Amino acid sequence: MQLEVFPANFRNLEKIRDFFARAARAAGLDEDAVYDVQMAVDEAAANIIDHAYGGEDIGVIECSFEIIDNGIRIVLHDHGKAFDPDLIAPPDVSSDPCSRKPRGLGLYFMQKLMDNVNFTFNGDGGNILTMEKIKEKCC
Amino acid sequence: MEIKTTPLKRCILLEVNGRIDSSTAPQLADVFNETTEGGEFHIVFDMSNVEFISSAGLWVMVTAQKKCKRFNRGEVYLAGVPKRIYEALDLAGFIPYYKVFDSAAEAVGSF
Repeated sequence: MQLEVFPANFRNLEKIRDFFARAARAAGLDEDAVYDVQMAVDEAAANIIDHAYGGEDIGVIECSFEIIDNGIRIVLHDHGKAFDPDLIAPPDVSSDPCSRKPRGLGLYFMQKLMDNVNFTFNGDGGNILTMEKIKEKCC
Repeated sequence: MEIKTTPLKRCILLEVNGRIDSSTAPQLADVFNETTEGGEFHIVFDMSNVEFISSAGLWVMVTAQKKCKRFNRGEVYLAGVPKRIYEALDLAGFIPYYKVFDSAAEAVGSF
């Protein structure tokens, strides 16, 4: 398990994406899967800043990963407000984008692009988001 | 992220180089806003050098399209959309909302 702690602000999104991209490559994921990981962690971190902390530079995001047999397990841990994914309505991606509220896509992307997405709220310990990306079977 | 705008005869060409995320999306929104506030609603958005776009950037694109299409006064055309970015637009359900061209030259010629 490798851990890096980033101050929760938008300027660090690139560093967070790069941290997990290196991890995904080390886990042997192909570049399409690495991109999926980058998108998912960007959306996750942006949601933490916007919703768990309610703004920039209020807390930190503890980023860690573990290379597992068939891919990678990623953890983002914050100390903000509880996040309950069940309260977020899934976006209606078949409707006119103009009439849609500009929200809900981040969680949707995470769930579409990663294989297992799980949120737990740990009281004062904050939110722990775990996502896995499993390697596609070759041939 | 770098943004280059080139006024042309029938449209404005907007080229972005780099990554569009919550940190840089406001800068892109500013450029779209300046363009539409300047009365130009025919925009070619050349994405061939966009390396990454998050939902924050996708919503900036939707807002710009909404403004341009209002009163049938114009439209944002997309050009040179990289495969992974196309997939993100598709996943979000935004593709039917845009005309997508292989190259900026083709998009500019279509206005």
